[in-house]
Amino acid sequence: MSRRWLLPALVLATMVGAWQVAASSGAIAATLRLEDFLVPAPSEIAASLWENRSLLADNAWVTLQEVLLGFGFALVVGLGAAVALHLSETLRRATYPLIVASQTVPIIVIAPILVVWFGYGIGPKLAIVALICFFPIVVNTLDGLRSVDPDATKMMRTLDASRWQTFRRVEAPTALPYAFSGAKIAVAVAVIGAVFGEWAGSDSGLGHLMLLDNAQLETARLFASVVVLSAIAIALFGLLALAERRIVTWR
Amino acid sequence: MRQDTKMSAEAREFVAEGASPATEGPPGVAVSIRGLGHSYGELRTIERLDLEAPAHGVLGLVGPSGCGKSTLLELISGLQEPVAGEVEVGGAGDPRGRLTRCAYMPQRDLLLPWLSAIDNAALALRNRGARRRAARREAGRLFERFGLAGFEGAAPAELSGGMRQRVAFLRTLVAGKPVLALDEPFASLDAITRAEMQEWLAAALRADPRTVVLVTHDVEEALYLSDRVAVLSARPARVVEELQAPSPRAPDRDAAVTDPGFVAVRERAMLALRGGAG
Repeated sequence: MSRRWLLPALVLATMVGAWQVAASSGAIAATLRLEDFLVPAPSEIAASLWENRSLLADNAWVTLQEVLLGFGFALVVGLGAAVALHLSETLRRATYPLIVASQTVPIIVIAPILVVWFGYGIGPKLAIVALICFFPIVVNTLDGLRSVDPDATKMMRTLDASRWQTFRRVEAPTALPYAFSGAKIAVAVAVIGAVFGEWAGSDSGLGHLMLLDNAQLETARLFASVVVLSAIAIALFGLLALAERRIVTWR
Repeated sequence: MRQDTKMSAEAREFVAEGASPATEGPPGVAVSIRGLGHSYGELRTIERLDLEAPAHGVLGLVGPSGCGKSTLLELISGLQEPVAGEVEVGGAGDPRGRLTRCAYMPQRDLLLPWLSAIDNAALALRNRGARRRAARREAGRLFERFGLAGFEGAAPAELSGGMRQRVAFLRTLVAGKPVLALDEPFASLDAITRAEMQEWLAAALRADPRTVVLVTHDVEEALYLSDRVAVLSARPARVVEELQAPSPRAPDRDAAVTDPGFVAVRERAMLALRGGAG
């Protein structure tokens, strides 16, 4: 395991190191003709992380709630929709092309409308997070359900399986790794969705804090928020990957 | 591979002991096909086919690839409906009735990778509502009888090709249906393992007789395992020739298949196969 992480860690350390040198020597600021404080070095960002830890934590908690609730809602509805689309060919033919086409709608730009409708609270953020999580979950899970070998279904029928038993013993386990893939894509975009939701109108959350920091030229704290957001996305992705490894043991 | 050889030795042993015919197997049931026709849209796959498999008899079907042999098994098993003619299994002509009397073993083993070997074999029992422990106990008895003892908890991925095929066959057997529809059960195996598996299947059927419809492209396999072999023509499938096997499921396979009588019938079958393919 250490060998697998060694090279990426080295690359990351080199990049952060180069940034540290370039920023603290004033080279970047000079090239871009900027004030020094607008280009924080990694060490300054780390310091800001520590100094603002309780402010960042409070706002991170708000954003995390939006992400988890929106993702959870999309997971339940998305899995249910995938199963329904799998079971009913009529439903699939009627709605699947529309679901795919709906992806051309930039959901993020309807965020301001959602704010107008649902206010500054958590509502519009949940809606945006859920909307962008929904698609990868549905599409991947449906792909998984449809990848079941038709011979396996026939075999189950001659082994006296009911429709439900074929679903539970063959189709659902086959689709499980696909559903995990969809969920992993979804959590990564969920964080982006939450931030856009906050940018469209909010009074708390890391996205909200970033807007304030940008206006007040608090660039170190702005980057600190980015670091926390990335950490949230990576942690959620990691948790799902871990759960997948524990549950999908046959792969 | 080594496991296969070992298992085969055990299987041979149980043949040598002359395992008595099972008293617990389902009653014998005949399969009868009269004037059967089938097509996929414009494509006629089967035409006016007449075949008969008596109770506890093994009917082998050989024919060129794509001649509708697999479709025929699905028709017998009640997974499909004929366009013309009739299929009767134990007197039942409706798909539901055929489905309850037939167990179908597809070409690939299709063991479910998320279940252990024994849970795969016990699938039919679980589907009928048996509790996991009871189902395992019942399937476990067959594991011992058919030389798979010790592999109950193995994941399918840990088993060799021959072992997987055995588990797949036990899964079909455990269903307790009087008729087994086997679709090229050993096609994916190498020649040596395949010969061992044929001997194993012959022993299994001697111990637990069932009515079997066996589809294969291997004439020797068909003639060794079956009582009668029907040679089918290219699409649309009809019977070119029916042959009586000289020594069905003889304990010593190598001796049986090299016997001059067997070789003569095999040559005739090959000739019929070539004629029908033309």
